[in-house]
Amino acid sequence: MTTTIIKTTTRILASLILVFGAYIILHGHLTPGGGFQGGAVFASGLALLIVACEDEIVKKRFEKVPLSPLESIGALGFLGTALLGLMGYTFFKNVIANSGFIFGGKTPIGINPGYLNTGGTLAYMNIFVGMKVLAGLTSIVLIFFLLLGGKKDEW
Amino acid sequence: MMEHLPALMIAIPLFGAFTTPLLKKRQNIAAIWALIITVITFGLSLLLLQEVLSKGIIVYVFGANKPTLVLPSGYRVPVRIIFEIDAMGAFMALSATLMSFIGALYSYSHVEMETGLEKYYALLLLLEVGIIGMVLTGDLFNLFVFLEVAGIAGSALVGFRNYRGEASEAGIKYLMVSSVASLMVLFSIGLLYGQYGNLNMAYLSRQIHLDTVDMIALGLLFVSFAMKCGAVPMHYWVPDAYTEVPAGINPTLLVATYASLYALFRVSFSLFGAITWNMARVGWIMSILGVLTMFIGVTMALVQKDVKRLMSYHAISQTGYMLLGVGVGLTVLNDPAKLSAFGRAAMAGGIFHIINHIIYKSLLLMTAGALFYVTGTRNLNEMGGLARKMPYTTIAFIVGAAAISGLPPFNGFASKFLIYETSYQLNPLLAVFAMVTSVLTLASFVKVFASAFLGPPLEKYEEVREVPKPMVTAMIILAILCILFGLFPNVVLNKLIYPAVDALIKLAQYQSWGGLV
Repeated sequence: MTTTIIKTTTRILASLILVFGAYIILHGHLTPGGGFQGGAVFASGLALLIVACEDEIVKKRFEKVPLSPLESIGALGFLGTALLGLMGYTFFKNVIANSGFIFGGKTPIGINPGYLNTGGTLAYMNIFVGMKVLAGLTSIVLIFFLLLGGKKDEW
Repeated sequence: MMEHLPALMIAIPLFGAFTTPLLKKRQNIAAIWALIITVITFGLSLLLLQEVLSKGIIVYVFGANKPTLVLPSGYRVPVRIIFEIDAMGAFMALSATLMSFIGALYSYSHVEMETGLEKYYALLLLLEVGIIGMVLTGDLFNLFVFLEVAGIAGSALVGFRNYRGEASEAGIKYLMVSSVASLMVLFSIGLLYGQYGNLNMAYLSRQIHLDTVDMIALGLLFVSFAMKCGAVPMHYWVPDAYTEVPAGINPTLLVATYASLYALFRVSFSLFGAITWNMARVGWIMSILGVLTMFIGVTMALVQKDVKRLMSYHAISQTGYMLLGVGVGLTVLNDPAKLSAFGRAAMAGGIFHIINHIIYKSLLLMTAGALFYVTGTRNLNEMGGLARKMPYTTIAFIVGAAAISGLPPFNGFASKFLIYETSYQLNPLLAVFAMVTSVLTLASFVKVFASAFLGPPLEKYEEVREVPKPMVTAMIILAILCILFGLFPNVVLNKLIYPAVDALIKLAQYQSWGGLV
């Protein structure tokens, strides 16, 4: 599967794709996209890296990565953020917005360029969802890659 | 904390589902953990039912300052996701949590030897979340989301024994059916959203005036939910799915099927309930669909040799009774005299039959799972003489078989009798079909009993012992429920069923979020 073309392209593109994925996750409350979309972009960057490497290297690199626990932690974090709302309000209430905590800056009224330090629980939920999605999609790609195993394409 | 019950009903099983995969190394603990979560959820659903019965409809607005703040800051339309729980929803949630608990208890021994159990229990809890969400929500899009959750978790569980080719096939089939059904649901939700710009069911039902687009939406919703509950022309997935799924999941999967039936009722009675001229026709369609379902299901069951497959065809056939009962009620919904004469009782029969059927069919499928556990086969011709070896399973089977055939004093009799009486008043032919179906059911269960449990003991089953204690406990609990529901049907009807029926009939209550607006 691995060719020089893929390797060269990956060298240039992989870091850009990963950064772009992280950007979409972090700016989920400001720009189009969010946790799921960013996580998918991030996972596609990882998929590119997986495809560009040999079997053994991929196996060695991913041996220690806790993909499945990461998925659980992402989901639990999402649930925990939603449960914060039970402190006096309701489930999913955005308690962090305008509270001065991280991502809890005061949201200005009117036309503005959008500030990263706003959004409250939304930003946290995007990060957790992004974590879950990138772990899940990466493990799917990884399983397919390792199942195909030694079978190479013709060229 | 009581006002947060609806949110906790979702949050706690979800928490369980996400923590279970972390227990990968100790699968035994994962099983016990899942059992604890299902017990807690069952307790919560009992509390919820009590709240609903004493205070009426409960509304929970997600993300608002107060749980009951449906229209914040002077809005005229609801903007947030709203859970709206009436007696019908609480009743379904109670069945879902009870059956998840029974399923988890039974699974503890039944799938002990398999691998990947942490995923099994995570999926079981996710399936429970999907059902609970479907029956509690008051928002159409939310209904779709939970339908998908239940569908995906269910299909993964159907294909759990993936070393068997048939299980993978059944899993794919279930996945196909549920994704086609939920796509059609999504499409019709899109139509309604385009028409009225809102997704809240209570709000929509006040706005709907049934033009062509609404009719298309109604048709699509009706067909797709009928497909997911296994009504006859779309029943092909039921035998495969119920046969291949591990017996511990059968109870929950049954409730998942009837959650779609609940959605069908909700669409017919609440979402489109305000359209007066049309619903009688839909009621007739539902009744005739019910009769066809029960008759075709039972005739196909008669020829089966695989014990679980036979019971799955009976599950199709029993769904017909519920459709018939509620269909009769829907036909006379706008005729107060007939409604009080027999319509209300017919609906009670249909809804009572849901919980009765869930109980005895889970019991029967679990005895079939026990037979499979000890003999390693599901072919009736290869079994025989097991009654001496497995006394508890035999007793459980007798109770279940008597209940499904509608013999007094078991619970099947109570609900079937209500359905016979009332459908006779709408059209005698309906009742005739219902009774013939019952007789055929009895015949086919006599066959199962004779070939699996009676007869001389076979040499190859010399070493067979009774199944482990958790499985026996799960079966005995359900058998006792069968007898109790049959002996005291009035208590159940008055406490559980008639409130649910009234919740469906009283549209104005639902439309105003229980009098909040």
